[in-house]
Amino acid sequence: MTAETPLIGDHTVPETSPLAGARIGIVTFPGTLDDRDAARAVRLGGGTPVPLWHANDALHGVDAVILPGGFSYGDYLRAGAIARFAPVMNTIVAEAGAAAGSPLPVLGICNGFQILTEAHLLPGSMIKNDHLKFTCRDQVLRVENTETAWTSQFTQDELITVPMKNQDGQYVVDDATLHALEDQGRVVFRYVGASPNGSKNDIAGVANERGNVVGLMPHPEHAVEAGYGPDDATGLREGTDGLTIFTSVVSSLTGGNA
Amino acid sequence: MPTIVVEVMPKPEILDPQGKAIANALPHLGFTGFSSVRQGKRFELNIDGEVTDELLESARTAAAEMLSNPVIEDVVSVTVAEGL
Repeated sequence: MTAETPLIGDHTVPETSPLAGARIGIVTFPGTLDDRDAARAVRLGGGTPVPLWHANDALHGVDAVILPGGFSYGDYLRAGAIARFAPVMNTIVAEAGAAAGSPLPVLGICNGFQILTEAHLLPGSMIKNDHLKFTCRDQVLRVENTETAWTSQFTQDELITVPMKNQDGQYVVDDATLHALEDQGRVVFRYVGASPNGSKNDIAGVANERGNVVGLMPHPEHAVEAGYGPDDATGLREGTDGLTIFTSVVSSLTGGNA
Repeated sequence: MPTIVVEVMPKPEILDPQGKAIANALPHLGFTGFSSVRQGKRFELNIDGEVTDELLESARTAAAEMLSNPVIEDVVSVTVAEGL
């Protein structure tokens, strides 16, 4: 896998690839940082990444959308608050919330999660970490919902390790909504071990009611290739637990589920 | 030129990590007697001309829908200030 995919640049999938039909849009806002890593992760997961631009409301017929991490609009006003009003978000909100048919699968990572809460596609919000420091570390998560398109290839309660890096990572939500999230199994990822940021119920990621929209603070796209991921039992930087997010969505979109 | 001032504060039930850090730092500079601090935001919306009811209503809507996030913040006041 490492030999054939260049570190930077060429994200095209060979047309002979059986899963190349899964086209996954990656949105770039001013200040987005991890769009190239997300595109690379999609490619390694077997899909075709399609760059989407914040100022253009066209989704170019993609089958799913990823809002990657970064500091869109410099986190001005609140993290994700300005990005929510970008033209591309109007289309994403409409298609992800569509009442009829299959709503668009959307994954928000880190700043993308913050954007999804500001856009009201996901409940709650993010405030500064309770210890006020920027966190950058490998984080263990438990996958508690494997029904979503983004998590279908995990096993229930599987433990995964992916990097986490943020300052506004403390998930807050009112008590009524928190109970609803727990009762409905919409906590998709939960922090394992000491809380890294003070999030309510150690929540690291949640889904909307229909399960097509998922947000999480840590970064699965940085744990997709041996040699460049977190440390794991097999060696330094060998962890690729994040890859399953991307193979899950590609598999879901192309009709498979295992 | 009149200005509409919007003040936004974190909700009382939401922890305010920044306010807490400020409260912890105050005694280091000799400022004692302040039991806690909460940090909010103040927006100044400048207007060319008169403040109309329509503009004020528009400012209230902007305060509720964009300048604050109702999940974590309250709009404390929307007021008109002259000659800022």
